[in-house]
Order: sequence, then structure tokens, then C-alpha cells
Amino acid sequence: MKSFEKFTGLVAPLDRPNVDTDAIIPKQFLKSIRRTGFGPYLFDEWRYLDHGEPDMDCSGRPLNPDFVLNQPRYQGAEILLARDNFGCGSSREHAVWALADYGIRVVIAPSFADIFYSNCGKNGLLAITLPSGEIDRLFREVEASEGYRLTVDLESQTLTTPAGEVIPFEIDPALKERLLQGLDDIAITLQHADEIRAYEARRAREAPWLFPARE
Amino acid sequence: MSGRTLYDKLWDDHVVRDNGDGTCLIYIDRHLIHEVTSPQAFEGLRLAGRRPWRVDADLAVSDHNVPTTDRDHIDDPVARTQLETLDANCREWNITQFGIHDPRQGIVHVVGPEQGACLPGMTIVCGDSHTSTNGALGALAFGIGTSEVEHVLATQCLVLHKARNMRIRVEGETGPGVTAKDIVLHIIGRIGTAGGTGHAIEFAGSAIRALSMEGRMTVCNMAIEAGARAGMVAVDQTTIDYVRGRPYAPRGELWEQAVEAWSDLHSDEDAVFDRDVVIDAGEIRPVVTWGTSPEMVVPVNGRVPDPARESDPVRRIGMERALEYMDLEPDMPVTEIRIDKVFIGSCTNSRIEDLRAAAEVVRGRKLAPGVKQALVVPGSGLVKRQAEEEGLDRIFTEAGFEWREPGCSMCLGMNPDRLAPGERCASTSNRNFEGRQGPGGRTHLVSPAMAAAAAIAGHFVDVREFLD
Repeated sequence: MKSFEKFTGLVAPLDRPNVDTDAIIPKQFLKSIRRTGFGPYLFDEWRYLDHGEPDMDCSGRPLNPDFVLNQPRYQGAEILLARDNFGCGSSREHAVWALADYGIRVVIAPSFADIFYSNCGKNGLLAITLPSGEIDRLFREVEASEGYRLTVDLESQTLTTPAGEVIPFEIDPALKERLLQGLDDIAITLQHADEIRAYEARRAREAPWLFPARE
Repeated sequence: MSGRTLYDKLWDDHVVRDNGDGTCLIYIDRHLIHEVTSPQAFEGLRLAGRRPWRVDADLAVSDHNVPTTDRDHIDDPVARTQLETLDANCREWNITQFGIHDPRQGIVHVVGPEQGACLPGMTIVCGDSHTSTNGALGALAFGIGTSEVEHVLATQCLVLHKARNMRIRVEGETGPGVTAKDIVLHIIGRIGTAGGTGHAIEFAGSAIRALSMEGRMTVCNMAIEAGARAGMVAVDQTTIDYVRGRPYAPRGELWEQAVEAWSDLHSDEDAVFDRDVVIDAGEIRPVVTWGTSPEMVVPVNGRVPDPARESDPVRRIGMERALEYMDLEPDMPVTEIRIDKVFIGSCTNSRIEDLRAAAEVVRGRKLAPGVKQALVVPGSGLVKRQAEEEGLDRIFTEAGFEWREPGCSMCLGMNPDRLAPGERCASTSNRNFEGRQGPGGRTHLVSPAMAAAAAIAGHFVDVREFLD
């Protein structure tokens, strides 16, 4: 995982609650056995007027002019501003891979679904939770001013608006550390391999039916 | 000190270490694997030069992509590759897999409990959000993403924050025609799709205790639709009777020892919940979802709501958009909504009890002329066999339903079973999101009996009219 560094990026507003992972990346694209290449199909059913299929060349597909990410002013967006319960539904990590592959590095919403939030953290995508009032105001500012950019500084846990106003955000310290350092979760856990083995040995005595292979 | 909740107990039993930063390393007893969310995890393992920690904790079965008709010819080359990739990964690491021609194959969350591979007191994970189903056994079961699948494969553990405790008590007796599906949809309608976010939900109360294991699985299955990764029900005699004698369940002395340990798998009398919701079972009616979120629920004898009466602007816009997508008018009676297709199946409602409930409604009747297709997709090969032994398949086929092979099928339409744009479906599945069952498809979530009644009437109808 790449370490998360401070950056300033264009913000795109997706003004609807309960955006589910089926909408973020529709099922037909889950047949891929790779982690990459999902970006062109992000929000496929909202973004294009025709039906998308895996491995389709998207360059000539008819775009839905009403979908916000298709508007010229939001091209190159790296920050997605969203509403409540973003990423609900299926556990598909493909949703996070698609956002990241498209170029989104930060999603800001009043709340996220649990599995989606966890998947973000595993892929270096920063999901920022802000109070609804703050989100409402950001929606108004983004829509009112073309080229609206936010500076995201994870180290200091702040967003900075174009006017220079600083908005602090909360994040779990352990997650922050992993994102900043780009740490490999599995390598960290495997440092405790002896403790896992000790747990297994104890548990196999207490609840031997859970370890039938040891019988 | 106050007592512990069921979730507290399950959590405590699986702590390998406290990381001291708000997370714990939690041991995973059972890892269910399917073809869609695992290939990248196995590839990650391989690229890092790692190997699975403990393959006897793993059980693999393909379900999402599997055709429900002819299994010998999978036309979609991308789907075929994914199925073959799971086969190859299981062969490479010697992981137990029920292949697509194995009679035990089926939807992973139907197969796990059916085989006794999922047991009370276990931690159970799968790269699938409906893993919560397995919590019905008195287990801590939840869905994970592919990175976590790789993490469990490599370490048999997950790094987790403990969730908050939430209890939903459904007290009293449910009325006629009200099933587990109606109970859980009613709950979601009440607390919302984010109502359980950050919590583990224990479903309790007399109406939950009165449910069969199949019914409890239906309720826990949709915990995720209420925002909770895990749903669970305390162990009681119903649980023990269900698990006894299943192929992977312990036997002999081990069985006695296990049952003794499982008797503690309930919340203590004085346990404290962060949130406690009480629902009067007598208020629950057979329900139908009208919109594109599982919280958009109305009783079948009710009307489609009018967004004009919603005061919250974000919600109002969501309702308007849902009505437009679903092509419905505010205030129209639910029973006037006509359907094109019917789907009885999915990890929510494809167990034997579900098929029996639907068959009871269908028996001796015919599909309404306007219904283009009605599918019955059993949850596993063993459910299918049992249903056939009971003659349920003939009841369905004589009425004009198609009787299929097991798999996820039209719940998410990854295989060829899906809705065409604009088609409206009475579905026993769990998600009515836009495009879930096919691009432009319109999904109404209902119980198996309600889906069957809609198939016969051609529109939604109060199943109680069929039960006299």
C-alpha cells in the first residue's frame, strides 16, 4: 500500500444518500480476477447511457450528461463528497478498487457503511466522516464555485478550503498510522505468529471440536 | 461489574491479543470462500510468498456465478474463468471445496450451517456481506472485503475494532402470514439501513425465539441491510437440535462437551446494551418494499408513500428518485402493483422451510397470465433434493414455475438469471438497489409466501387471503 501524503485535489459532489456498492461497481464487473482496471466502470449504470460489460472499451460509450462526474468541471476529481451511509450493501472491495482506479483518493461523507469503511483503509483510500451540517455546507460551496479544491492533510487531520478555512476531522489513530506509513497489515499480524499459535493451542484444549484436524 | 452480552462473550473467546490501539487481533474459526471475492486474495498471498495458515478452517463453494440450468456449459468465459480460478486455488492449497457437480454445492450461507461447518460459538467470516446469516447459530459471523480474506488466509486472524452492542427484541406473537422475512423487513423499516451501523445486533424476544433456525437465519441474513456487519441469536434448544448430527458437527463425547460450552452463549441477565430496541410482534404485517432501499417498507395492505409528506429534504429527494426508478405513483395501493417476474431463492430465503411456505400458497394454482417468469432456486443441492422428496418441485412446475439448480441466481444477476430493463420482480432476496437484479430492473422484497401469492395473482396481494 502506498503511504498517504498531503495533497490538494478537486472535489466532486455526489448528492444522494445510501449510495450502495452495487451502484459503485455493478455486479458484471465482479467477474474479474484482477484488482485493477475497474476505474472506467465506476458508477457504470449512472455514468453511461448504454449497458456496460467487462473488458468493454469505454472511450466511445455514450455518457449520461446528467451524471455529476461527467460534468466537465469535475474532470480529474480526486475527492468525492457524499451523503449518509455511503458504500452500503455488498462487501465487494471492487467498489474501493474502482474508486481508487478512477483517481479518487478521499471520500467525505456524514457516515459510511462498516465494511466499505474497512475496505477503504486496506487500500489507502481515506474515508473522512464529518458532521451533516459541515457536509451540507461543503456541498453548497463545491456547487457554487467551479474548481473547488480541498487540501487534505492526514498528519494534522485537517481539510483546508480554498478560502483557507481549516476543518478538522477525526480518525482512528491505528488506521491513521497505517495509512500514513502504507503498512502491510498481514506483515504486522505475522509478527505475532507465536501468539496466534499459543491461542490455537489453548483453544484446542478448551474447545477441541473447533480443531478436528488435531484429534 | 455488569454481565456480558452474547457478542461480548464471542468476542472475548477469540481475542488473540489486544493491540493496545483500540483494536484486537481476533481469531477466525471458519472461513467460507466463494469465487467472486477470493481470486485477488489468493493472488496476493502468492505474490507475497505466503501460504494459508490453516486450511482445515476453510470451506469453499462457488455460488454467485453458477448457472442454475445446465452446469456443463458455462457460456460466459469471464464467469468460467472465475469458477476455474477457485477450483485451481483450492486444489493448490488442498482446501475443501464443494464443486459445482457436488450435491452439497449451494449458496455458501446455506451450505455452511447445513453441513454443520458453521457452529455455535464460532467466529465465521466470508468475503460476502450476508455472512451475518450464520450468526443465527449463536456465532459471531460477518462479511469481509477481499483484503481481509487474504489476511484471514495468511494469519487466521483479523484486526478488528469491537462493535457496540445493540439488541432488538421482538416481543409477542406474530399474526398469520407474518414470517421471519416480514419481521426483519419491518425492523429495517423501523431503524433504517444505517440503524445498526457500528453495532453487532442480537435479535431476541419471544417472537425470535419462536422462529425455526431457518427463520433466524433469514433475520440475521439481513442484519447487514440494517447496517450491522453481524447479527446473532442466542443458543437454545432449537439451535442444538438443528446442529445435532450434521456432517461437520462434533460427535460423541466432543458433542456433549460442545453442547455444555454452548449453553453459555446468551447475554447475561444484567448485560448492558448500547442500544435496545423493542418491537411489538403483533404490529408486524406481511410487507413489501416499494423503493430502492430495504428500509422503504410498507405493509401489503398499505399505500406507496408520498414524498411530499417527508420533511427531511435529503430523504424526500431519495424517495422521489426511488419512485421514479420504480415507476410508482405516491399513494397508490401496494396491491395494485403488477409484477413481471418472481424470484424465490437467495441466501435470505432458499431453505426448505421457505420453499414449503411458497409451495403451500402455490399448491393447485397457476401463475397469473401476466407473469413472464417465476423461478424457484433452492439454496443448495441438498435443499433441492429434500424439496423433491416432498414433491414441492411438482407443485411449482405444475403451477408454471421453473425449478432450478442451486446458486445465488437472480438475487444479484451475476449469472444469466436477471431482470430486463423496466421489469418488475417480486423477490425473496435481500436488496432492492437500482439495477441489483439487472440494469433497470425493479425489485420488491417480500417473503416466500408473499412472492408465491404475487405470482398467482399477478400483483401484490395479502398472503393472508390465500391461507384460509
